[in-house]
Amino acid sequence: MGKPVLLEHIRIPGIRQFGVYRSHGGYRPVEKALLEMSPTEVGQEVTRSGLRGRGGAGFPTGLKWSFLNRKSDKPRYLVCNADESEPGTFKDRYLMEHLPHRLVEGLIVSSYALGVNTCYIYIRGEFKYLVRILEHAIREAKENGFLGERILGTDFSLEIHLHPGAGAYICGEETALLESLEGKRGNPRIKPPYPAYKGLYDCPTVVNNVETLAAVGPIINMGGEAYAGLGKGKSTGTKLISACGHINRPGVYEIEMGLPVEEFIFSDEYCNGIRSGRHLKAVIPGGSSVPVLPADLILRTAKNEKRLLTYESLEEGGFDSGSMLGSGGFIVYDETACMVRNTLNLTRFYRHESCGQCSPCREGTGWMEKVLWRIEHGEGRWKDIDLLVNIARHIEGNTICPFGDAAAWPVASAIRHFREEFEYHVEYPDEVRVITHGNLVRETRFTGGHPVSGIRFR
Amino acid sequence: MITHRLHVKENRPVAFSEATLKKVRELIQQYPEGKQKSALLPVLHMAQEELGGYLSVDVMDYVASLLQLNPIEVFEVATFYSMFYLEPVGKYVIEVCRTAPCAICGGEEILEYLKEKLQIGVGETTPDGLFTLKTVECLGGCGYAPVLQVNTQFHEQLDQVAIDRLLDTLRKQAADPSSADLTWASQFC
Ligand SMILES: Cc1cc2nc3c(=O)[nH]c(=O)nc-3n(C[C@H](O)[C@H](O)[C@H](O)COP(=O)(O)O)c2cc1C
Ligand code: SF4
Ligand code: FES
Repeated sequence: MGKPVLLEHIRIPGIRQFGVYRSHGGYRPVEKALLEMSPTEVGQEVTRSGLRGRGGAGFPTGLKWSFLNRKSDKPRYLVCNADESEPGTFKDRYLMEHLPHRLVEGLIVSSYALGVNTCYIYIRGEFKYLVRILEHAIREAKENGFLGERILGTDFSLEIHLHPGAGAYICGEETALLESLEGKRGNPRIKPPYPAYKGLYDCPTVVNNVETLAAVGPIINMGGEAYAGLGKGKSTGTKLISACGHINRPGVYEIEMGLPVEEFIFSDEYCNGIRSGRHLKAVIPGGSSVPVLPADLILRTAKNEKRLLTYESLEEGGFDSGSMLGSGGFIVYDETACMVRNTLNLTRFYRHESCGQCSPCREGTGWMEKVLWRIEHGEGRWKDIDLLVNIARHIEGNTICPFGDAAAWPVASAIRHFREEFEYHVEYPDEVRVITHGNLVRETRFTGGHPVSGIRFR
Repeated sequence: MITHRLHVKENRPVAFSEATLKKVRELIQQYPEGKQKSALLPVLHMAQEELGGYLSVDVMDYVASLLQLNPIEVFEVATFYSMFYLEPVGKYVIEVCRTAPCAICGGEEILEYLKEKLQIGVGETTPDGLFTLKTVECLGGCGYAPVLQVNTQFHEQLDQVAIDRLLDTLRKQAADPSSADLTWASQFC
């Protein structure tokens, strides 16, 4: 990895304070944008950078901004999505905790480009300590003339407000987030209309992830073209990857897009290999909602090319043998992990977090959980495995929001790649029962590796 | 989705302090005119913190009157979000993350250990009213697993020793309210 872009100053003591941040070039992008560029030019620079949304979908940010309805005479809003609750993802929290001014700076430049005078940060309620850090940063920016009325003597004014959520994964979905911001239940809206036309309070609205908005400052600093020079193909720039699970060095890493997955997992610069000298079994590369891949397929694609950390490379092979970059929540499993148990865990998560509006999602997640519970506890039937595939297929694509797909994919992909583990549970119910109801049910369950899928380890 | 038991209105007088009321008024200013409903989530957080640790029907009705909403608008929101408690809870609510990344890194053991130590099940409160044990979904700290929260303080990379220490600290803190409160906020700001 070359020079970090987003996290450039993270090791500098006191960087959370405005003065220190400023003395390291902080808020220069704001000066550059407001004093030397027109809002359109700022937007063009972001388009040129090739920046894609870091919240999960990877939609080009410049394009999203260009959809904002500028003809309407209603006020326009920028909403920063800081709900971060996708299992495996903890990068936004890291960024806000250590470099709050990086976000504030990005919000000012982005609001200027979008012609927005009010910006909300929707932050998950559990991150109360972050609310204090951000409040502090916003207050400092205001005291130094970077927020409020007529910023830097221009006629651009901006207020940033913090809005805490209250514990609901679905509020990360942009329309559910807007409902929640309006003081309602987090029920996703039917799209269209898209937020760019009818968003917050029915006004034109842009919703972007924390990491996306934080990248805008550096882009203005270095120029869109230079940013696009980083990375590989259409995956430009750098990405924060939050790595967790059975690795030696979990944490948040800024990588230049295009880094080989193998290097990311095994190099001592990043995850530093698998814990306790065990073997790599599987990886969920982009937060719990994306398909799980077994060791062989995460390291190399089905075409036997090196798998890279880019949107395209991770998608290579489609649903048969690929996955997605998603939010960059990189969950690593070693051979002690049981894929049935893990799938049951994730399905319980989705059943718990479904907002309940669509019956395929509400009923399907509960049904899958029940079936998976049966299999995991030695009560499974042979036809249960196909039943799961069938339920997953009927949820996918039949719901108001993408949550339905997110709940279906983990199940479908686990069965696709680890079918023999599900079959083992059905075939040897007694053994599974003993193991499951034994004293230590948990991590140590398959200390010698899962009895069936050993061949695929690395 | 969670289903809650409906509570009976007790008609006890509840009200915010003058300082909190001022905060509420400032909060409403954050949102456009007529959109004071947007303040509902933050105000419910304040209500839960200041008015008894959970949202009784009386408290919810009070919030409704403050924001000029129908009581049902508050109730349907309070039942949707997992951070709002509709039942009384202990002084310290221990919420253990049970989602996969934590579960595979010792989270399940931590939960079992807490149940054993506190002699209560998930959702229950110790007889002395000090601890309530709950499970929650991913807290956004997966790399520092296993993770739990006590009220809104994060505790990470836990093992049994760390749990012993944590419970001791909390018990001492409860016995001596003047003892230093080591919150994240005091570490950072
Ligand atoms: C179920 C669900 C949960 C989501 N959770 C988050 C989240 O926690 N944080 C986030 O930034 N985006 C989340 N998203 C994506 C948002 O809907 C939206 O695409 C994103 O905020 C757009 O920002 P970006 O273009 O900068 O990525 C979620 C989407 C879905 C369907
Ligand atoms: S897919 Fe699930 S979460 Fe999304 S709107 Fe439908 S019920 Fe709600
Ligand atoms: S899974 Fe426990 S914090 Fe994410």
